[in-house]
Amino acid sequence: MKILVPVKRVIDYNVKPRVKADGSGVDLANVKMSMNPFDEIAVEEAIRIKEAGKADEIIAVSVGPAKAQETLRTALAMGADRAILVETDDTVEPLAVAKILKAIADEEQPGLIMLGKQAIDDDSNQTGQMLAALMGRPQGTFANTVEIDGGSVIVKREIDGGLETVKLTMPAIVTTDLRLNEPRYASLPNIMKAKKKQLDVKSPADFGVDTAPRLTTTNVSEPPVRQAGEKVADVDAMVAKLKALGIA
Amino acid sequence: MATTGMDPEIFDQFIDQLKRYVRERLIPAEAEVIANDRIPDDLLDEMREMGLFGLTMPEEYGGSGMNVPQYVETIRVLSYALPAYRSITSINLGMVCSALKNSGTDEQKAEWLPRLAAGEIACFGLTEPGSGSDSAAMATTARKDGNGYVLNGSKRYITNAPHAKLGLIMARTSQEALPRNAHVSAFLVPMDSPGISVGKPDRKMGQSGSHIADIYLDDVKLPGDALLGGEEGKGFATAMQSLDNGRLSVGAASAGYAQRILDTALRYASERKAFGEPIANFQLIQAMLADSRAEIYAAECMLRDASEKADKGKAIIECASAKMFASEMCNRVADRCVQIHGGAGYLAEYEAERFYRDSRIYTIYEGTTQILQLVIAKNMLREFAAGAAA
Ligand SMILES: Cc1cc2nc3c(=O)[nH]c(=O)nc-3n(C[C@H](O)[C@H](O)[C@H](O)COP(=O)(O)OP(=O)(O)OC[C@H]3O[C@@H](n4cnc5c(N)ncnc54)[C@H](O)[C@@H]3O)c2cc1C
Ligand SMILES: Cc1cc2nc3c(=O)[nH]c(=O)nc-3n(C[C@H](O)[C@H](O)[C@H](O)COP(=O)(O)OP(=O)(O)OC[C@H]3O[C@@H](n4cnc5c(N)ncnc54)[C@H](O)[C@@H]3O)c2cc1C
Repeated sequence: MKILVPVKRVIDYNVKPRVKADGSGVDLANVKMSMNPFDEIAVEEAIRIKEAGKADEIIAVSVGPAKAQETLRTALAMGADRAILVETDDTVEPLAVAKILKAIADEEQPGLIMLGKQAIDDDSNQTGQMLAALMGRPQGTFANTVEIDGGSVIVKREIDGGLETVKLTMPAIVTTDLRLNEPRYASLPNIMKAKKKQLDVKSPADFGVDTAPRLTTTNVSEPPVRQAGEKVADVDAMVAKLKALGIA
Repeated sequence: MATTGMDPEIFDQFIDQLKRYVRERLIPAEAEVIANDRIPDDLLDEMREMGLFGLTMPEEYGGSGMNVPQYVETIRVLSYALPAYRSITSINLGMVCSALKNSGTDEQKAEWLPRLAAGEIACFGLTEPGSGSDSAAMATTARKDGNGYVLNGSKRYITNAPHAKLGLIMARTSQEALPRNAHVSAFLVPMDSPGISVGKPDRKMGQSGSHIADIYLDDVKLPGDALLGGEEGKGFATAMQSLDNGRLSVGAASAGYAQRILDTALRYASERKAFGEPIANFQLIQAMLADSRAEIYAAECMLRDASEKADKGKAIIECASAKMFASEMCNRVADRCVQIHGGAGYLAEYEAERFYRDSRIYTIYEGTTQILQLVIAKNMLREFAAGAAA
């Protein structure tokens, strides 16, 4: 069985993002970029499935700029077997990414496609779901545990009330949540080996996908600074205040 | 001769991972390492898997073939965390690896380099109870016995001795002191050889989790091929050749740790209030922070320059200068960090206190500051004399 793992290059989670002065977006000039943390969890889970003898090959895919090769190299250093970069400098929205992934899945025929539940840059939380719909295959989102069971995959999903267990017939789409696993670090020997692994570069046109954005961002702003609270003298004053605010 | 070292892209990717590893794994484990005075086995195994014991060994021997600047930068990044993490790797990567690379026979390299790269721990035995700075005055002897040797004597303060599988041990092959210290030879000694015993780890001022101990050699019989390079009288020269690297490693350890210390001081100064405002607003505090920042930068520049020069050949003055400056600087920064913490800086509850104790060794081993001053001056005078003669 093959596992396809899409990985996105995003602003590093340790960086404090700054909004551009004109409000057009987050300033990415000279900012450290890394693999989306949820995608790291997906790569890790795929490697564990392979280490358990339940998968033969892990293919990492990234849709993004030439620099996303670094992200793919990290996936390869962690343990993916080969990589595909679909290179474009455009902003690619979740629907276009899903279409490209579907085309790649048609070629590669993976049993499992393991994505992050969302990317920490745009927080869309859409790609996995859209891909499942386009492919007409079952999905297990927000995975807390993943277990391969013959031709099925059992996913425990993190939902508001606790955990929900679903059993999906493969090929299936799984999106990872934070607690699924703790991704490994790429070791130096494996980083060196990764350099020799296959990395193919394609373009969206190779898959006949039009990546032109359908959404326009009108404005991006910093979150409001938290205002200081107000002290009240006693319970009566508090109730009065809540009433005045229309909360109680 | 300049060496190419590791592919720069691979190096950058590794440094990225290492910074994360330091932040997410090594620093959070510090409290446990200090409390138990040891690096837990699983963490040590993880460090082996990360490749931290193989940085400097050539690729064909299972290492990753870093050149000197890459090695020094890696040590600087690693040394943002507790010194014990560098210490456990340092003898493999520095002294013993360069001795084998520079002087080992092909058989010796093939036997030991892959094992060192995989993380079998090595120690280096030069210092003795009666000889430290004046190391050539050592008393340990290696007596010829058929094709082999018999070693007798003792070594003191030997880093990693309690954990080591291999000891690179310096011993006299001649009773008389010879010119160029040719009375000293180097031996590759499996630490489980009959006749070797290791003392209890010494209690130290700082550097928790890292261990030193005495090594006692009592009629230790070694085969002839244990002699490094297969030639007597080269031991001291070998040790001295490797010292440039060792000094850069201590310099890098000092610079990396100083940055950690300064970051801690800066955070405390921004949070602690006196006279109604953060003490970071006071110019006398700012002066301490600014001096520290400038001195760390100076040390980094020296290390970069010295390691590039050492990569191309001998750079005795540069390496000695970089080690001397960086280690003294680290102690100044640690002292200021304590001062900025006020009374809290004197308490074990705050990190400032152990930073101060940990830093203290850096001006002592791999050449004390005084010995380095002598080295620098001696080479200056030699250069001057050569220039005057020409
Ligand atoms: C934690 C730790 C780890 C160590 N690890 C190792 C190891 O792995 N292997 C190993 O072989 N050794 C090791 N050592 C030993 C270390 O290298 C020596 O302690 C160091 O070289 C100083 O030698 P000494 O202690 O005998 O001091 P001494 O030589 O007795 O020096 C005492 C003082 O005299 C000064 N001095 C000496 N000679 C002169 C001179 N000519 N002019 C001016 N001043 C002088 C010195 O600078 C120093 O201030 C370690 C020591 C420690 C504390
Ligand atoms: C072992 C020990 C014993 C002690 N015993 C006693 C005792 O018996 N009784 C008692 O009352 N106290 C005692 N103390 C407390 C001691 O007097 C205080 O720690 C000391 O006065 C410093 O105050 P602080 O720790 O609050 O540091 P802070 O006042 O927080 O100072 C932190 C740093 O800011 C600097 N700083 C503060 N204000 C300024 C400024 N305006 N401009 C520039 N720099 C400034 C300080 O010099 C220092 O470097 C003891 C402390 C220790 C560690």
